[in-house]
Amino acid sequence: MNDYAVKVENLTKKYTGSTALADINLSFPAGQITGLIGPNGSGKSTLLKIIAGLVIKDIGQVDIPVVKSKNIMDEIAFLPEINHLYNWMKVEEAVSFFNDQYQDFSLKKAHELIDFMNLKKTQKIKELSKGMVGRLKLVLTLARQVPLLIMDEPLSGIDPNSRARILESLISEYDAEKQSIIISTHEVMEAERYFDYVIFLENSKVKLSGNADDLRAEYNKSIQQLVREVFQ
Amino acid sequence: MQIDFNAAKPIYEQVIDGFKKEIARGDLQPGDKLPSQRDMAKEIEVNPNTVQRAYREMENIELVETKRGRGTFIKEGDEVMKKINKEMACAALEKFISEMFSLGFTNDEVKELLIEELEGRNNNE
Repeated sequence: MNDYAVKVENLTKKYTGSTALADINLSFPAGQITGLIGPNGSGKSTLLKIIAGLVIKDIGQVDIPVVKSKNIMDEIAFLPEINHLYNWMKVEEAVSFFNDQYQDFSLKKAHELIDFMNLKKTQKIKELSKGMVGRLKLVLTLARQVPLLIMDEPLSGIDPNSRARILESLISEYDAEKQSIIISTHEVMEAERYFDYVIFLENSKVKLSGNADDLRAEYNKSIQQLVREVFQ
Repeated sequence: MQIDFNAAKPIYEQVIDGFKKEIARGDLQPGDKLPSQRDMAKEIEVNPNTVQRAYREMENIELVETKRGRGTFIKEGDEVMKKINKEMACAALEKFISEMFSLGFTNDEVKELLIEELEGRNNNE
């Protein structure tokens, strides 16, 4: 078995007038939670979308040994930063929609998570607060039993209460023997204790990567302090 | 177990320190079973891989032993206690010495003062 879930080599992506990723090389460890951090516009979102097959790369290789299926979206659960749900649906309708969409979806797990997240099944999505939508998006992602979960800014714009709930459920649902998780976030201070591994992107390049505890030991700093003081 | 995490220190080390404190206080005794790694991760809200690393490290330093299919236990015998006591003593000494150095005392002066102080105490006993 490979020790990485995803390996990226010489990856470059340019949009008209700007470079999102400039010849980056990195790997995401298998069976671990990796935090992808960095300022706005550093290329985090583009990188995640390329891995998930939602954006086409210009140059480079992306190897995802944990995914065996030809149609990679069958084995990758992707949580987008935007609200991708149909606003006219109720919570329970969104759940059954996802259940129809994905064979690996666990209704049982979804219902447990809905209770844990204090969501009501009969609520309409358009009536939910941003934090509630964030919780629901996480429920729908975590209920999928796939080898790779990719979450693009799951904590962004969400109230502290919901952020804490989301991180808690992430830890309790995560199955290290079968899953690898990649999370991009700005909320480094709150989220860093849940990361095994950290990758810091800046200006379309990888500035730092490593095991979170090893980085703390090496620099005597939290990951938050490290990226603030040393690398910015 | 309650751990007040310091984000600037490796988390797995803080988990180990948490266990050491429980042993030093007597809340955990030789032969006691540790929670499963999964339960521990939930209890202290850390990544299960971090707990795994802490347990593995505690096994390496012979604080605990894993019995196949039965779980992880605090090692039998008084070796564990001795080891932790010694470690705590070393940490206290370390702190004392570095404080003395920062006050400007030399090696020999520290030694002299320490002997003087200890002998003074012995005479009083």
